[in-house]
Amino acid sequence: MHEMRTSQRGEHTGGEAAAVDLEIKPSPLLAATTLCWREIVRFFRQRNRVIGAVGQPILFWLLFGVGMHRTFQLPTTGGDGPSFLQYFFPGTLVLILLFTAIFATISIIEDRREGFLQSVLVAPVPRWSMLLGKVLGGTLIAVAQGLIFLVLALTLHVSIGVVALMQLVALLFVSAFALTSLGFVIAWRMESTQGFHAIMNLLLMPMWLLSGAFFPAPELESGMPTSQWLLHWAVRLNPVTYCVAGVRNLLFGATASIWDPALTTCWLVTALFAVFMFAAAWTIAGRRTTGDLL
Amino acid sequence: MAIQIAQLSHRYGQRQALSDLSLDIRAQEIFAFLGPNGGGKTTLFRVLSTLLPIQAGAVHILGRKLPDSVAEVRRRIGVVFQAPSLDKKLTVVENIRYQAALYGLRGGLLRSRIGEMLDQLGLSDRANERTESLSGGLRRRVELAKGMIHRPQVLLLDEPSTGLDPGARIDLWNYLRRLRSEFGVTIVLTTHLLEEADKADRIAILNQGKLVALDTPDRLRASVGGDSITITTESPAELIRDIRARFDVAATDVEGRVRLELADGHQWVSKLVEAFPQPIQSITLGKPTLEDVFIDKTGHRFWREAGESTDA
Repeated sequence: MHEMRTSQRGEHTGGEAAAVDLEIKPSPLLAATTLCWREIVRFFRQRNRVIGAVGQPILFWLLFGVGMHRTFQLPTTGGDGPSFLQYFFPGTLVLILLFTAIFATISIIEDRREGFLQSVLVAPVPRWSMLLGKVLGGTLIAVAQGLIFLVLALTLHVSIGVVALMQLVALLFVSAFALTSLGFVIAWRMESTQGFHAIMNLLLMPMWLLSGAFFPAPELESGMPTSQWLLHWAVRLNPVTYCVAGVRNLLFGATASIWDPALTTCWLVTALFAVFMFAAAWTIAGRRTTGDLL
Repeated sequence: MAIQIAQLSHRYGQRQALSDLSLDIRAQEIFAFLGPNGGGKTTLFRVLSTLLPIQAGAVHILGRKLPDSVAEVRRRIGVVFQAPSLDKKLTVVENIRYQAALYGLRGGLLRSRIGEMLDQLGLSDRANERTESLSGGLRRRVELAKGMIHRPQVLLLDEPSTGLDPGARIDLWNYLRRLRSEFGVTIVLTTHLLEEADKADRIAILNQGKLVALDTPDRLRASVGGDSITITTESPAELIRDIRARFDVAATDVEGRVRLELADGHQWVSKLVEAFPQPIQSITLGKPTLEDVFIDKTGHRFWREAGESTDA
């Protein structure tokens, strides 16, 4: 034992040993996957986060679904439109993604406050690998939570093919990636989690409410009131609308009676949304903030 | 040279945190930046650890220029921050392993290196505990393991003794000395504790962003010259004048106390008390300490600024 320790010491003395060690090249991808894995480990060690992120939307879905059952009626010709539980399901799924993604990125504020971030910032890895680790971690957690909720779709007698299911998982992944990047953009410069809740209420909840998750966009007609016209366009210009509509389309097929983008459009917009948000996060993460020094 | 700093200046808005700082840190020495809070230590630490950009001047670490070779520098330095950098939800081993991954360590090498670090720092039996359950001293050891896992040639530590009990401080210093003597690591630390700086090979004293002294602790003390005599009195100015008139020696007013630096201090104590029995309330004789060095170089007491200015 003693001999072994001496040889280990010998290895490290002087310049030669240092040269040996420098053959190990820092790898941005190894760093990113490690940081991603850290997110996942941390998440499952904070049980209240797991419960909060799935529990609240399920509660929403059940309470609203049952409560709105009688009053909600899509403008269909016959009486065979979807029930509210059914209509509300894709929106709830996206809400789960949103909650999880957002709470995953709040952790960047904690990382900074608790000092963990400092040791990442002085490591020989580029900022994008730190960002990718964070966003990928949040995305995977969000998709996992979404899939748990998806099991509940069985109660709605959904029949979904294997291809559509795979598409659905992919769409959830891309949507979660976009939303996590969005969360990162908001969280990066924040110094406290309190500020984040204000943004949550002022930006993220309205964004979700105006996504067709809760009610469909009013049809464009001549002579419609301005408020309805504005509402239509607010929904239509909201990128989250296309995540929700894509999920709805894959689960239940196209809904004829309401304004509903085609599946291809949903894919395109969601993908662009993800690319744009990640690029924004990348740009913002490259800037030094006073928060780097907290 | 491990680190070369030339004409380094840094400001936050109106406040000059570092001004025209130039010094060299030799390879394999334990080097301490000593100064009161707000003296510029932390700013300097952030520049050296590559967190802050260089505003003016030049810094070379291990012969590589910042910020041009920042990635090269980062691979060769280890950083232990004052604020804990541990993830409390992760175990000791996980904290070290995830840090190692940032430096590209993996596989068998990573495993053997983690074993080595746990062994060196006496953490083997706590390896699978979450760091939130560890004491301050043990957490600092995990920080050290994180900082050393990639075998850096230079280890930077910001106020490493803060929050440690005396036993843990002794452990820390034993480990730092071992790193230097066995592994040839250059240790650079900041401290506001005089007795901690005293353990370093060389000390740079920073005050208001300026370098006021740089030498070994012994030579710094010797530079003060003789013993120091401190007198408390009602009217320092008057006493200083009287001492000068009577004995022709220089005395200075250091924040309301009269201070003299003289060889053969013990003889002077009796002379002074006999000459001015009335005005002298108390008189103390001391061998020069680092605090005397600080007073000598700056004209005010070491702790005056603490609490007045923020740490930056």
